[in-house]
Amino acid sequence: MTHETSTGSFDTDSAPDEAALNLVAEVKSCRDILLANLVMAAETPAPTFGEEARVRFLLDRFRESGLDHISSDEVNNAIGFLPGASNSRTVAVVAHLDTVFSPKEPHALSLGSDRVQGIGIGDNSLGVAVLASLPLLFEKLKFRPQYNLLLLGVSRSLGRGNLGGLRFLLENTRQKIDEAICLEGCPLGRLNFTAVAMMRGEIRVKMPDEYDFSRFGVHGAIYHLNELINRILEIPRPSRPRTSVVFGSIEGGNTFHQLARDASLRFEVRSESDEVAGMILQKIRFILEEVRARSGVEIELDEISWRDHGGIGFDHPLVQTCRGVMESLDLQPQIGPSMSELAALIAAGIPAVTLGLTRGHEVNTLAEEVEIEPMFRGIAQILGVLQALDDPAYNEKGAVA
Amino acid sequence: MKINDWLKSNTFHHSTFWDLKKLVEEKEQQGLKISLCIPTLNEEKTIGKEIVIFRSELMTRYPLIDELAVVDSGSKDRTLEVAASYGADTYFSGDILPSQGFKRGKGENLWKAIHQLNGDIIVYVDADITNIHSRFVYGLVAPLIYQPETKYVKAFYDRPLAFSQGIRPSGGGRVTEILTRPLFSLFFPELTALMQPLSGEYAVRREVLEQIAFPIGYGVEISHLIDVYTRWGLYAFAQTDLDKRVHRNQDTRDLGKMAFGILQAFLNRAEQLDMVDVKAETSQILRQFQSREQRFEQQEFKIVEEERPPMIEIPEYREKFHA
Repeated sequence: MTHETSTGSFDTDSAPDEAALNLVAEVKSCRDILLANLVMAAETPAPTFGEEARVRFLLDRFRESGLDHISSDEVNNAIGFLPGASNSRTVAVVAHLDTVFSPKEPHALSLGSDRVQGIGIGDNSLGVAVLASLPLLFEKLKFRPQYNLLLLGVSRSLGRGNLGGLRFLLENTRQKIDEAICLEGCPLGRLNFTAVAMMRGEIRVKMPDEYDFSRFGVHGAIYHLNELINRILEIPRPSRPRTSVVFGSIEGGNTFHQLARDASLRFEVRSESDEVAGMILQKIRFILEEVRARSGVEIELDEISWRDHGGIGFDHPLVQTCRGVMESLDLQPQIGPSMSELAALIAAGIPAVTLGLTRGHEVNTLAEEVEIEPMFRGIAQILGVLQALDDPAYNEKGAVA
Repeated sequence: MKINDWLKSNTFHHSTFWDLKKLVEEKEQQGLKISLCIPTLNEEKTIGKEIVIFRSELMTRYPLIDELAVVDSGSKDRTLEVAASYGADTYFSGDILPSQGFKRGKGENLWKAIHQLNGDIIVYVDADITNIHSRFVYGLVAPLIYQPETKYVKAFYDRPLAFSQGIRPSGGGRVTEILTRPLFSLFFPELTALMQPLSGEYAVRREVLEQIAFPIGYGVEISHLIDVYTRWGLYAFAQTDLDKRVHRNQDTRDLGKMAFGILQAFLNRAEQLDMVDVKAETSQILRQFQSREQRFEQQEFKIVEEERPPMIEIPEYREKFHA
């Protein structure tokens, strides 16, 4: 498969590829703008349900790039639209705007000569910065696709957001989307095209107000939560379809010597089958019900977010195109399921992939950092895929798929 | 009522100058060249970010600045390496005008920059700003571009997190409110109108910079203000509110040293202008105290406010810019 660009003929079937290397060089020549966008995006706090400031940043960038149709919607998605020359198809590039960090955390970045350090930098300020930079990179490459390009900074993705921004947009837009590429900061080489069934929940155990803590031998909330954990671990999990239960965080009590009044557990059920995931969840509900009835303590299950299992095949032209571009850039695809925006797109019947942009370290901690040099190949990969999607040969294969 | 009139006409908010396209057009029409100077000493953590932001926003997107230079006093960390890797011109202050020798101090870097850089306007921005934004430069050069009579634009920072009433106090940091503004109130009442006279960010026309002397230490800002004021008057100044500046906080003892240097520089100027007559010999030793195992002991810090002459007096400079 070949595609003509200002960097030459982009051959996705062989590696290493001179055109691909030229593309990396072109991206690198925009380093200042990419890094400046990264600094500005990352230093704008965007907790889930509080993305307004980052939306303003992205819309300003779209506006300065001369995009025609720029808007935000009632759930704070930021939308930019570049009409295609033929207007026949629409490709969406998606990056979630929100981070797991509170605005109270220090958001100042530190830019070294080879790394950028700051909270939320890999998840997903880098994705947002690349989204903001795409119109300029297109201009630099003199690339104007035949298809319409929809740039989506989506809100409310993480945790309790439950992909709310993208789901809202997909349910309410009249714009048909033919393919989508989701941008995630890390890791470089990430290639997701399937979504696993997933349910995230929080179990909260609370001792009743009238509970008599003075009786010797009585148990506190941590004891009961521990019992729940043991019971959940006893639930049989099939090896095929692959299924797991992850305990992500636990909290409870305040002191060494007093019985805990409250305890909570955050967990996730994952499966390659919607049915198996549903069955395990049903069993968890039953265990909670039983322990609640027997012990008299208050036990609640907050079902925070969910995803359906689904995806496109390994042989889908979009996946094959991504693999070809990655190969030409000497990137080893790391294939695995995703629980990001991809899940909502696939659930809406839109072929989609998630691609990573650079190498990251300590992601989602206060010491989060990303490497600068690999970023240029990561971004060239996105441009390479977007160029390849404009190839008439892709359209023929895509139409067949 | 001169102060109120001046506040009305020469005090700006950076948002007034949001239209960078228009600003660049106006600058180009006037044929002005603008240089940005960042004086540094061990600033590897923040320098890269400043350079990337200024280059991207004010050189690539909007060509407002023509030259971006870091002038360093001899950093022990990777400040110059990081700065160079992001495309800044980097200089060790001691290498500029070697005939004049090298003195360690921020004022020295600012002074040497006048010779090294080529702009008609030089903007100075400190390197320790963690919330850096292009407004720190365009907010300061814009009044010089739009108002030919303005020669020296000073930054101030005034963004209250929450305020419910119509009137609220506004002003500077601890040294400004405890030392500088009281001194100005006594001797130069009009200069009290500068909200933050000690801020490290300002933009100045070359024709002014080359005519004024430069203390190399803490006294550089206060001396500038007095010199420009006595020579060109209040209306040579403008000031721009740049909202919020996040930087390292200095402890009270460090502020004591700063105040000592500023007071020395002020008294020098006041004597030169025949405003005070200090009959006793003054000491250049600041004494602070600490306790060790319940015994108090004295610490002595020698703080000398050396001064560089107006750059126009240096032959190499005259040859470069006035040949």
